Amino acid sequence: MSAAVDSPEIATSTARPDVAPAGKNRMAHLAQLESEAIHIMREVVAEFQNPVLLYSVGKDSSVLLRLAQKAFYPGKLPFPLMHVDTGYKFPEMISFREQMVESLGARLIVQRNEVAISKGMHPSMHGVARCCGALKTTALLAGLERHGFDAAFGGARRDEEKSRAKERIFSFRDEFGQWDPKNQRPELWQLYNGRIHEGESVRVFPLSNWSELDIWQYIKQENIPIVPLYYAKPRMMVERGKHLIPVDSSTMLQEDEVAKPIMSRFRTLGCSPCTGAIRSDATTLDDIIREMTVVKRSERETRLIDHGANSMEDKKKEGYF
Amino acid sequence: MTNNIASDATVSEETLSSNSIELLRFTTAGSVDDGKSTLIGRLLVDSQGLYEDQLDAARKIQSDRGGEGVDLASITDGLHAEQEQGITIDVAYRYFSTPRRKFIIADTPGHEQYTRNMVTGASTADATIILIDARIGVRPQSRRHIYLAHLLGIKHIIVAVNKMDLVGYDEKVFNAIKEEFGGFCRDLGVVDLRFIPVSALQGDMIAHRGDKFDWYHGETLLTTLETLVVHQRSQDSVLRFPVQLVNRPRQPEYHDFRGYMGRVESGIVNVGDEVIVLPGCHKTKVTEIISFDGPMQSAHAKQSVTLVLEDEIDISRGDMIVGTVNQPRIEKEIDAYLCWMSEEPMQAGAKYLIRHAARTVKGQIKQLDYTVDINTLKHDQTPDSLGLNGIGRVKIRMQQPLVVDDYDNVRETGGFIVIDTHSNNTVAAGMITQ
Repeated sequence: MSAAVDSPEIATSTARPDVAPAGKNRMAHLAQLESEAIHIMREVVAEFQNPVLLYSVGKDSSVLLRLAQKAFYPGKLPFPLMHVDTGYKFPEMISFREQMVESLGARLIVQRNEVAISKGMHPSMHGVARCCGALKTTALLAGLERHGFDAAFGGARRDEEKSRAKERIFSFRDEFGQWDPKNQRPELWQLYNGRIHEGESVRVFPLSNWSELDIWQYIKQENIPIVPLYYAKPRMMVERGKHLIPVDSSTMLQEDEVAKPIMSRFRTLGCSPCTGAIRSDATTLDDIIREMTVVKRSERETRLIDHGANSMEDKKKEGYF
Repeated sequence: MTNNIASDATVSEETLSSNSIELLRFTTAGSVDDGKSTLIGRLLVDSQGLYEDQLDAARKIQSDRGGEGVDLASITDGLHAEQEQGITIDVAYRYFSTPRRKFIIADTPGHEQYTRNMVTGASTADATIILIDARIGVRPQSRRHIYLAHLLGIKHIIVAVNKMDLVGYDEKVFNAIKEEFGGFCRDLGVVDLRFIPVSALQGDMIAHRGDKFDWYHGETLLTTLETLVVHQRSQDSVLRFPVQLVNRPRQPEYHDFRGYMGRVESGIVNVGDEVIVLPGCHKTKVTEIISFDGPMQSAHAKQSVTLVLEDEIDISRGDMIVGTVNQPRIEKEIDAYLCWMSEEPMQAGAKYLIRHAARTVKGQIKQLDYTVDINTLKHDQTPDSLGLNGIGRVKIRMQQPLVVDDYDNVRETGGFIVIDTHSNNTVAAGMITQ
């Protein structure tokens, strides 16, 4: 297996946008999804005073960044990036983030809940719900408020999770950043209603209609850089129930648990204590796309935060993405 | 349910190269009783649009109720509130793909009080599946669904006559429904109408033909969705390019650069084309079409690009770049159908914001001509007001002119939303007519 980069032939196989696809002006699905996302981003910049792009460093965020570059080319990104850093992000994510920000010449805001981090907030000790609430939701809302952001782009997709299937593209949030699923604005055609009162905001999801496979196909088509954690290699892991948990300094090993090297990769990237890996031999983008088409489990299954009483629906109502 | 996992060898070059499949958006109309959730669940399961853990959850719901197998309907249940009440409260979006197409389903409930959701789902759809329960036949709500789909300009209507297993797969039942409903649809002006007998629960004629319909020679529902040729609404010559933003990068190398960012909503634009900027009526030429991936010679409908024009004209967000033929209308007063979506009824004389293409203007409802009873399609010529889920024909006067087309000709420049100036809520969907 080669290193975790795709071959030049693949990287340059991009269909040129100026070549009409087969069928009379019907665009291929990725081109259409791309164009819709660009349209959404431009609407936000036109309608809001102070937008921000929530950059999670993951694959969806990487796609979002590329779309933002495309939307405002030849200009630079007309908004800053904000990363909500829980202190449990993988070191590879932090170094990748720094590289990306430098290469784009973007402005990055790193938002951390330092109080909770210094008190040693940890999912094993305080529960996943409390930990997520403090390190993610509280930090996110504090960051949005401190900088007065009135619109925040996120990389969430509707196919990820049940409550996200009901999300709008412009998702209205009250002055407490909360989501009311029963009281959403109807969203017609591609006419987005961006009108808000002082203190209210919207979360905007340009990737709403993308699937996980679309994301990977687009990453390949566009040759978009991603965190190497998405590629398989032998990594120290502990098996916990049906989850494969990476072992690092923050991992609290339970009795009878043994860390061992397992050929694995991450389908999604969150906080190290709560992000499971999957067994995989996929070391290239083509391998990942192949794996995607035969995979039997949904990606959110590797995220411990979505299960049990602490569901995505509840978290979203509190102000989470 | 592990029999449908593709082997590695079947991953085609198309999957890897990814640029060959089209997107089709459709909406489904029908009530819980018609088996709509079961139908969508069946489409997702049989097209392998679900993962094992999602199937496990649906199996668990079935076994908790003392049943066996997968509870197909539960797959599309979303929020806790819905599961408790056994209803669907909002539009949910579902996704699945086949080697031919990627599908986006806007799954909308069919109860009368949810007309607003149906209209929302239909606004972006290319096709609609209308469900009819074979045991019951055409109901008032079936007519309502077709009327709304037609009003929202959906050209492809697929009528799935469901629960055929419960009428013994009887051809006569299917034909009777086809005859009755077909007549109604043709009177309405539906162009592309197809009837398919199905059993969503048994999986007959959804993704697989099954062996019960030897008398039916048409395609399965899935093949129909995969192969229908999407109606091209507008002509290449009908160029509509609403300016979303003016791009003036603050970088020294682009000191004199001025680009107009937007999406071609209709037609084609080429470098060198003469164009007109409305509503100011300035004539100029396209000198460049810019994209991140390099300069382009032409851009067609649905492409987001940046145009550079020959002359320095004062152009701002909301202006529209059009061709020299097939001009839109510039109107300060429009006639439109409104679907009202707010608890607060519309009042004639009230002022709202009208959001159309990339422009928002103030507008006043001058007159409510009539309302439509969507169960009987009869017009009420002396209505007092237009309430939640009501359909009405209105005259709206705007503070500034809009550049418009009839909705039937160009959906993107014929549709608009109405926003309440106090609550900022979207209170109506509008379709411009003459």
